[in-house]
Order: sequence, then C-alpha cells, then structure tokens
Amino acid sequence: MSRIEARFAELKKQNRAAFVPFITAGDPDADTSLAIMEKLPAIGADLIELGAPFSDPMADGPAVQASSLRALKAGATMHKTLEMVRRFRKADNKTPVILMGYYNPIHHYGTAKFARDAAAAGVDGLITVDLPPEEDEVLCVPANAQGIDIVRLLAPTTNDHRLKTVLTGASGFLYYVSVAGVTGTKTFDASEVEAALKRIHAASPLPCCVGFGIKTPEQAGQIARIADGAVVGSAIVDRIRLLSANGAKAAELVKDVAGFCKSLADSVHAARG
Amino acid sequence: MNDRPNSLRTGPDANGHFGAYGGRFVAETLMPLVLDLEKAYEDAKNDPKFHAELNGLLKDYVGRPNPLYYAERLTQHLGGAKIYLKREDLNHTGAHKINNCLGQILLALRMGKTRIIAETGAGQHGVATATVAARFGLPCIVYMGEVDIERQKPNVFRMNLLGAEVRGVSSGSRTLKDAMNEAIRDWVANVHDTFYIIGSAAGMHPYPMMVRDFQCVIGDEIKTQMMAVEKKLPDLVVACVGGGSNAIGTFHPFLDDSSVEIHGVEAAGEGVNTHRQAATLTKGTPGVLHGSRSYLLQDSNGQIEEAHSISAGLDYPGVGPEHSWLKDQGRVKYFSATDKEAMEAFTLLSRIEGIIPALESSHALAHVARIAPAMPKDAAIAVTLSGRGDKDVFTAAAHLGVKI
Repeated sequence: MSRIEARFAELKKQNRAAFVPFITAGDPDADTSLAIMEKLPAIGADLIELGAPFSDPMADGPAVQASSLRALKAGATMHKTLEMVRRFRKADNKTPVILMGYYNPIHHYGTAKFARDAAAAGVDGLITVDLPPEEDEVLCVPANAQGIDIVRLLAPTTNDHRLKTVLTGASGFLYYVSVAGVTGTKTFDASEVEAALKRIHAASPLPCCVGFGIKTPEQAGQIARIADGAVVGSAIVDRIRLLSANGAKAAELVKDVAGFCKSLADSVHAARG
Repeated sequence: MNDRPNSLRTGPDANGHFGAYGGRFVAETLMPLVLDLEKAYEDAKNDPKFHAELNGLLKDYVGRPNPLYYAERLTQHLGGAKIYLKREDLNHTGAHKINNCLGQILLALRMGKTRIIAETGAGQHGVATATVAARFGLPCIVYMGEVDIERQKPNVFRMNLLGAEVRGVSSGSRTLKDAMNEAIRDWVANVHDTFYIIGSAAGMHPYPMMVRDFQCVIGDEIKTQMMAVEKKLPDLVVACVGGGSNAIGTFHPFLDDSSVEIHGVEAAGEGVNTHRQAATLTKGTPGVLHGSRSYLLQDSNGQIEEAHSISAGLDYPGVGPEHSWLKDQGRVKYFSATDKEAMEAFTLLSRIEGIIPALESSHALAHVARIAPAMPKDAAIAVTLSGRGDKDVFTAAAHLGVKI
C-alpha cells in the first residue's frame, strides 16, 4: 500500500479530513525550508504539498509567485528540491509528499530520470499544473512505473465530458480547484464546492482534496466538513514573505509558520466534531 | 480534406502538434475553454460569412492589399538581388498585428465574449487589439511589462487614447513573457466572459494555427504581387522572428514551393554568444512555456531565461511551435542580427528609401543587407516590413546618442 493510500485509509477510519499544507521548496532558503517541512507532521499535517519552484508560474497568484522567486533567488533547483525530500524522509517515512509544479523543469530533467530520482527521494505524488491529461502520458508512464501517483486537477470549468478524461489515469487522490482563478486570490463558495464534490465522488472512488482560496482556519474547517482534505498554500507562503521581509531569524520564522499551520490543522481536525 | 501527403502545410494535428512541438500545456481551468475556442474557430473557418466579414474589414479598415514595393535605391546600394518590401507598415495601426486581431475579435463576438484581454511587447499588438476593441465596442485590458512601458511610451498613449486600460506587469523580467503570464492569469480568473487575443504565433493550440491562418494574407499577397511584376515566385523570402507571427504568415504560403528559399531572422541582442540576446531558435533548447512545446531560452535547471533585444517586439525567450518544427525539418533557415546591425539597417532604410522601419523589421533588413550583395541581379527577395518605426524613435535616438 502506498503512503497516500495508507494515509487516506487511516483518515477514513478516524472520520477526519486531511490537512495539506503547501510550502515552496527552498523558500526562503534551503535550510529554513527543510526546517519548516520537518515540523509539519508534528503539528498535524496529514500530507505535504511541496512546490517545485519555476520562473514562470502562470497559474499562481502573487503570493506563490513571490515564494517561487525567493526560492530561485536562494539557489533552488529541481535537484535540491529532491534532496530536500530525501532529507525529510530520514525522520519521516509515513507522511505523503506531493510535488507540485510546472512541467518545464521536469521536461528539462528528463521525465524517466526524474521519475526514478523522485521515487528514490521519497516523493509519493505529482501535480503538474500545466500538464493536462491530453499531454501527460510522457510523465504518467514512468511515474506510475516507479509507484508515483499522478494527482489530477479538476476545476469549476471541468464539465461532465471532461471529467471522464481527467479521471482516466488519475491515482492517489484528486485535487479540486475551488475557484476559477489563480492561487490565493478569490474565495470559494462552499455550496458550489459541495455540489462539485458530489459530482466528482459519483464518478470516482478516489479521495478528493480541495484547494485554491482557503486562507483561514475557519475556511479550512468549512472545507474539511465536505471534502477529504483541505489544502492551504498562499496564506502560508505569504506569512513566510512577511517574516523574511521583517528580518525574522530562521528559528523564529519556523516557529511562527508552524504555529499558523497548527491552527489550520486543529480547525480541519475538529471540523467533523 | 487535405490530400497532399508531401505538404509542409497540413499541420498541426488534432492535438495541436507540429511534430514534437505545440500542444496544449495549460491548467485544467483553461482546458475546457481552449477546446471550446478550437471548436468555434473550426466553425468560423467553414463559414463563408465569417470570411466575407473579415475580408471586408481587411480591405476597407486595414487598407489591404498593401503594396509589394520594389526598393530600387536599396537594391542599387547593395548591388545584388532585387529587393521587394512587403509593406505591412502601411496597414492601419502601422503593423501586421491588425490582420490577426480582426480575425480574433470576430471570433470573440461569435462566441459571445464581452471582454478582451491581450499581452504586448513592443505595443504594436496592444495597439492593434485596442483598435479592434474600440471598433467593436468591447472593453479591453492590455498587459505590458514595465520595462516595455518605459521604452514604448507612444504606444501606451495610443492604447489609452483608444480606450484600453494598460496594466503594467512588474513580475520577472517585466517584458513580454511576464505580460503573457499575467494575461493567462487574468484569463483563468475570468473564463466566463473573456476572450484572450494572443498576438504571436505562440501559446497553446489553437492559437499558433489560428494566428498563422490570419497572418497568411501577407504571404498570399506577396505571391500574387510578385507573380504580377516578376512573373515568378521570389527566390528568397525573409522576415524577422520574435514569437514569429509575421514570419509564419509570410513563410507558410511558400512552404511547398521548393524553389523559394526561406530565412527567418532572430534578435541576437548584444551578440548571439552573450546572455543579452533573444535568438531562441539559434541558441535555445526545446521546452514548455505558455502552453506549448517549443525552443526556449532556459538555464541548466529548466528555468526560463530573460531575453534581450533593442526591439521590444522580439524580446521573448520562446518562439512559435511551427517555427521550431520548420527549423528541425530544415525547410526554413534561421539567422540572427544584433542590436547594432538592426540599428544600421534602420538608419539605412530611412536614408535611402525614405521609409522608417520598425526595429523588429530592421533585423530582417539587416540580414538582407548581408546576403543580397552576393546574390545574382536577377534574383528577387521579398522581405516583410512588419511595422513602421515611428514608435521606435526614442529608442533609436538613445542608441545613437541623440537627445530628443
């Protein structure tokens, strides 16, 4: 059983939704970023979404764009991102790690070599924003062969006809983009998300997490009542921006970010009372 | 149906691929829209009314056909092949960009879209988009890098005058690629009512095909006009390549004419072996950006590098996927010209023909100036003068050390 399957089976038994924090690998620098990641399981992160920095993140809003650029400025590369996962795995062999990013750095790395290296480092799933089902065979095949799941995105614009296309070849879990827009800008409408989840669950047995537009513990709790997991990204990386800009020391930054993530996790875990 | 198995003009395939290039590399939110757009374009293509309306506007609003002008003094000066200039600079708005914008806005209207967005580098595509939006009464937002806003102030003013809102983009290199990122983000957030008019033969399928089709009027006219004066096809056609829209429109009608040699000219900036250049096909490697697989300027980790050219319209680290395919096929040869060479051609054409060319087009002219002298006197070159240089006078003056 994969780490992702095991984790969702466990959550189902406990009747809880997953809290899935997103951070960008190497933001604000490699060591601080790893220190934040290492704290996440203890404060209640059920899965971790790790952003692989890209110079042109066209589906992301200002907060994630800026975190990507901070990481690149501090020397982040795909090799270093995988190295970060490898180091994380030394102390944690249970928390699933999902790499989220854009296709070009993977294309440049070489998809077959990337799949091998990512699996060896301990990556469990891939979300490649600009690689739709129509184009992703080149990554799907080598990734699946290495036991890595391809996590597909579904959006408010995904109609029933496309739903079938997107679900074919999806594995691990599904990711529902709760707003038509870039990350961290608009706010979701809970009743619309609920209706979309009904449609998705009727078509697929895979768990479905929801992200884009969840900023506060209250909103995370709201999503946790209706979805299998709540992803929070922009609000976390924007906190990293603010602390870095104010000259916070690494230890202080890690503590503050972990504290914020704990408030999100607590709200998600208490949601189903 | 196309039954020419040996034709180079049949691409792309059903998924928008030109060989290994092209495709639709977009987020899921956009995917249904991109598919809708493709269907709407296929419908329009088969509707005689759509073509009749577009052709009417191209004639009476743009002023087509524009001349294929024999540049007699330039020919004498260079002392070789006869040089003909395809005068896209004489179009309404002063560049080839309007050909495509008219096609796309008619499509937007057919699809019931009520809001227009665009990206622009030099501002020529922004002006053309603002123009057609004004003509059809639709609100228009143009994304433009802050660096480009600074070096193309006259065009920013023109867009405002035409009623468009110009939004400065401060991310990344603050040039064309970042403007395109921002336009895509706007599109993702406003999918229900917004039509994105892409100005380059780049981006996700169906844009490279659609932009090419709308720009093929350039090459089709060259063919007819050259036949009328020279009683033959040109021996060589030349155009500048940034994203590559005027070039693909010039080249495509000639791809199956094996007697016609085809040259594209990229911007080498401060030199093709420096980091300040934009010669994507000459120095780049295949990758994925802005929705398609194509040659890109990228570093050893797959991060996109910043391009540089004196001409804002060529300052782009990618290139249209069909050009990438044509390069690999060997059908089109791609060269480059530096900032300095382009400036020399800019000055030369102004002095010798009384025509101030756009800095973009000056790259094509620089290449012609290099090779025409060695060609026979009865050979004919058609070079596309994609735009006029009025917008570039501030940049040119600064380069020449003149204060205006």
